[in-house]
Amino acid sequence: MSTLEAPEAVAEHKMPRDHFLNATHTVKSWLLTMDHKRVGLLYLISITFFFLIGGTFASMIRLELATPEADLLEADQYNTAFTMHGIVMIFFFLIPSIPAVFGNFIMPLMIGAKDVAFPKLNLASWYLFIFGGTFGILTTLLGGVDTGWTFYTPFSSTYSNGNVILAAAAAFIAGFSSILTGLNFMVTIHKMRAPGLTWFKMPLFVWGMYSTSLLMVLGTPVIAITLVLLMVERGLHIGIFDPSLGGDPVLFQHLFWFYSHPAVYIMILPGMGVISEVIGAFCRKRVFGYEFIAMSSVSIAVLGFFVWGHHLFISGQSIYVGMVFSFITMLVAVPSAIKVFNWMATIYKGSVAYDAPMLYSLAFIGLFSVGGLTGVILALMGLDIHMHDTYFVVAHFHYVMVGGAVTAFMAALHFWWPKITGRIYPELWARLAAVLIFAGFNLTFFPQFIVGYLGMPRRYHVYPEEWQLLNVMSSAGATILALSFAMPAIYLLWSLKNGKAAGPNPWRATGLEWTLSSPPPEHNFPKTPIVEEDAYDYSKVIDNPVVEDEVEELEHA
Amino acid sequence: MSVSTEVAPHGHGEHAEHPEYMRHQFDDMDQQNSAASLGMWLFMMTEVMFFGGFFLGYSIYRSEYYESFVNGSHHLAMFLGGLNTVVLITSSVTMAFAVRAAQLGKKNHITAFLVMTLLLACTFMVVKFIEYKDKWDHHLIPGMDFVWTDPGDPRTVQLFYGFYFCMTGMHGLHVIIGVGLLIWLLIRVKQNKFNSEYYAPIENFGLYWHFVDLIWIFLFPLLYLIGGLHE
Repeated sequence: MSTLEAPEAVAEHKMPRDHFLNATHTVKSWLLTMDHKRVGLLYLISITFFFLIGGTFASMIRLELATPEADLLEADQYNTAFTMHGIVMIFFFLIPSIPAVFGNFIMPLMIGAKDVAFPKLNLASWYLFIFGGTFGILTTLLGGVDTGWTFYTPFSSTYSNGNVILAAAAAFIAGFSSILTGLNFMVTIHKMRAPGLTWFKMPLFVWGMYSTSLLMVLGTPVIAITLVLLMVERGLHIGIFDPSLGGDPVLFQHLFWFYSHPAVYIMILPGMGVISEVIGAFCRKRVFGYEFIAMSSVSIAVLGFFVWGHHLFISGQSIYVGMVFSFITMLVAVPSAIKVFNWMATIYKGSVAYDAPMLYSLAFIGLFSVGGLTGVILALMGLDIHMHDTYFVVAHFHYVMVGGAVTAFMAALHFWWPKITGRIYPELWARLAAVLIFAGFNLTFFPQFIVGYLGMPRRYHVYPEEWQLLNVMSSAGATILALSFAMPAIYLLWSLKNGKAAGPNPWRATGLEWTLSSPPPEHNFPKTPIVEEDAYDYSKVIDNPVVEDEVEELEHA
Repeated sequence: MSVSTEVAPHGHGEHAEHPEYMRHQFDDMDQQNSAASLGMWLFMMTEVMFFGGFFLGYSIYRSEYYESFVNGSHHLAMFLGGLNTVVLITSSVTMAFAVRAAQLGKKNHITAFLVMTLLLACTFMVVKFIEYKDKWDHHLIPGMDFVWTDPGDPRTVQLFYGFYFCMTGMHGLHVIIGVGLLIWLLIRVKQNKFNSEYYAPIENFGLYWHFVDLIWIFLFPLLYLIGGLHE
């Protein structure tokens, strides 16, 4: 159990003279930046803001559910709270989180590119995101929307009193931001790789980004058109999804889940990419089964398009269709398990260092496994009829999305923080926060499996008294979770001024991004690198990090 | 992963020597052009998925309410729809010529063919406007002003008109965006921004325009010709 910190070495590092952060200082230079690294940071700031809003709604939900009666929120207000929690967290935090922040910042560095293929489009994506986000905030300020984040018709199109059109427009616009980001990444990965960096030499994070982009590019337009139809129907009463006008509400569910199921892979695949990077670096080993992990990302992306029907088991869809969807859904467990087993094999007999990114990664493996296995349970048609729309589903979803995606986001944030800011964060605090988040998370969501199995339905603000203990546990866990998420916010900001200089490669990790100074120079690589070796070749990593002087020399050459 | 100290051709150091139309993130024009082209094809894929939602909904309701769709279809102006088909196909031809002219770097020809494409696009929108106006006069606007006295369930005929307006409306929006882009391209041509090495925007707009044409090629028979020829 050794850590990677080598205090003597760290003390010698100094911040590079010129880097992308101090290249220009005006607000305009940030708002009109064409630099993928700055766009990544713009996203980091904006999604943190949305995470706070989504978290506030989550707190309201857990506070209300601490008692069986309705004491904080009326039924309508509660509907609004869980709807806004879902919309904000999914469309404005989880979907952009890792791709838009770390995909933007790190991916071009990983492949040795000077920028993404279309820097202007990249900035435009951020503006679209902000534009959509403004609609989201406007929805909130005008009283929110109460349909659930799924916008099911005909409630959303006909009966709801909330701001459905505004909320749908918010998701529609944010969707285009996501489409354009995915498109940009796909072209970047195809066309901008450094000489010698063949597909199977790419870091696994890049494979994750590629698979995610595929889903964004092919799936998101479908939700866009679905939301257009929804808005038209609500605005003009055309009746495409309204049975009283001849329409079919189940068609909406098909169209909605055709995107929204792949969307959960948009949220988890980048996380899996992060975990592969971190595990390699903190086990000092080549990631086991590299090709299998790479291809499992692609196969999750492809299979992900053929499982949407498992959300419709009780919608009246044909039982034979349900059987096919059930089977394909269980197939997704295969590539997911391939990843988990390969990570375990990497850790096995590795020299493991338990720094914060690794703690988050270990948490990810455990929590994702629980989330994934309960997903297999829900894929069984018989059991799903019992558990449909209960807290069991809520718990499953949060194990994958918070335990998986958010934990991976935290791993990525800690792993690449020194690269992004050039500063080392306080390791002890980071580990403490990681452990607390893990504990708080389990306390919040594990009781929900039980209470869900017992039959507590989701989306109600009151429940029978016998479920109070489990709900109080859950609310207590949520409190720990909220407080422990505040810790990284504090110590990371503190480290911006007070952290030690990180040097180019504080983790002694492989990958082109670690050959640059931290923070990286404005135009990334002074000379286009030529890649000769495989990814994660830790057998050849020298124990001394690159000496800054050399990097500086290269940059000013 | 080790980094060789050898410098790849066209490294950052040579940046200053590149022509202004070459973006800094690319190593050479080949890379820039193929990136632009791939980006455009991916964008078309998203467009296919986007319109796919319409076509899916249309197919389902057409098979479910076939009679209503036939009755609704008979009130569409087949001649005007056919005329617009010819107009758009012709505009695709002129656009293809514009791209060829761009490859050869013939500025006057580019301008001429882009102007022709622009005029045809406007013609399309004028004809479309006449058709919409006719529907407005005959109270065939779903949801707002819909009166149906002919045979067929008014609710499901209205569904047909819902799809008619959504699909042709979204297509029309693409044509209008195309008009805007054509004007932008014409300005860029006038400013001498393009040459035989750099004409990717014209070529990619060509792809977009053919796609818009292609959507109409599907819309016309699906909406106007259900149940055979009429009028």
